[in-house]
Amino acid sequence: MISHHATRGLLLLFAGALLAGCAARPVVMAPPPPVVSPRDDLFVVLPGPDGKAGAVTVTHGGERLVLDQPYAGARIRERGRLEAARVPESEVRDVFGETLGALPPRPVSFTVFFEFSRDELTAESRDAFREISAEIARRPAVEIIVIGHTDRVGPLEHNDALSLQRAARVRRSLVEAGVAADRIEIAGRGEREPLVPTGDEVPEPRNRRVEITVR
Amino acid sequence: MVSRSWTAAVAAIALALATLGTTAPVLAGDAGMIKVATGEAWIVRAGARLPARVGDKVQTSDVIATGAKGAVGITFADDSRLSIGPNSVLAIDRFVFDSTTHAGASETSLRKGTLAAVSGRLARQSPGAMKVKTPAATLGVRGTEFLIRTGEAD
Repeated sequence: MISHHATRGLLLLFAGALLAGCAARPVVMAPPPPVVSPRDDLFVVLPGPDGKAGAVTVTHGGERLVLDQPYAGARIRERGRLEAARVPESEVRDVFGETLGALPPRPVSFTVFFEFSRDELTAESRDAFREISAEIARRPAVEIIVIGHTDRVGPLEHNDALSLQRAARVRRSLVEAGVAADRIEIAGRGEREPLVPTGDEVPEPRNRRVEITVR
Repeated sequence: MVSRSWTAAVAAIALALATLGTTAPVLAGDAGMIKVATGEAWIVRAGARLPARVGDKVQTSDVIATGAKGAVGITFADDSRLSIGPNSVLAIDRFVFDSTTHAGASETSLRKGTLAAVSGRLARQSPGAMKVKTPAATLGVRGTEFLIRTGEAD
């Protein structure tokens, strides 16, 4: 039978052993509660499709960093300072893999061309429709923005109407190819946004076009 | 002046009525459309929490949130794209885009979690038109792809 006394002694021994175990490692004191919550923020610039990076300016309090190289980064850690950092691709994959996986596909634009002063597509542009339809079919919740243009032959109002007719003609072709009409938005910009700038009344086949953005 | 602004107001109302209840591409008033939604994902709008689905439109003052296995990808009217990963909260503070002039503003806040972003026509047209905030920092964007993680230290 173990007396109360003995139990107490055993407990003391046990506590002593615990303390001895702790003393072998560095003792970490709990830090005082910070005024603002400590942060663990990371900012990284990625290379674009051309391999180059644009620029992001990170501002934190009075500090500012410009990140303009691929994988240039910045961190804000416990102490709250903004620090420049080069972020390895492996860390980007670990931290942002799932996030990057959810990025929607890049919007793509196609340009189709029209016969002079009409809403008839050129023969080559009719063939391009197969490719455009395939791109449309590939995308989730697809949106199609169709914008018609003209060259500078004829009055402004005529070209406004003609550019809209051309956009409507493209919409008709897309719907015939099986695209839902309510997914398509059309607009006409007349002669205001030429692909190739010309003087007024100059015929220019490259400006008689419709731009189709699929996103 | 007065008659012109009246005409604009009537046109805006007509446009809003014409687009009610359709699945048309994003127009004035809409910021963008959800193209990717996996796991638990929500749109918090006017105090209500709706499940986020592919094809849903998002607008200024929506908050997009994900759970432990959730992710959401949005394409905006200016062709910019944003996605958030698991356990993330993104607020769309302001989105205005004029599709003719490409002028406007895109302001979002990543309150927690991870964000991937590819800027679009707004940032190309005027540097500074696209901003992303975190609780600690503000990012001004000039035509690029970038990533943000924000969180309190463990």
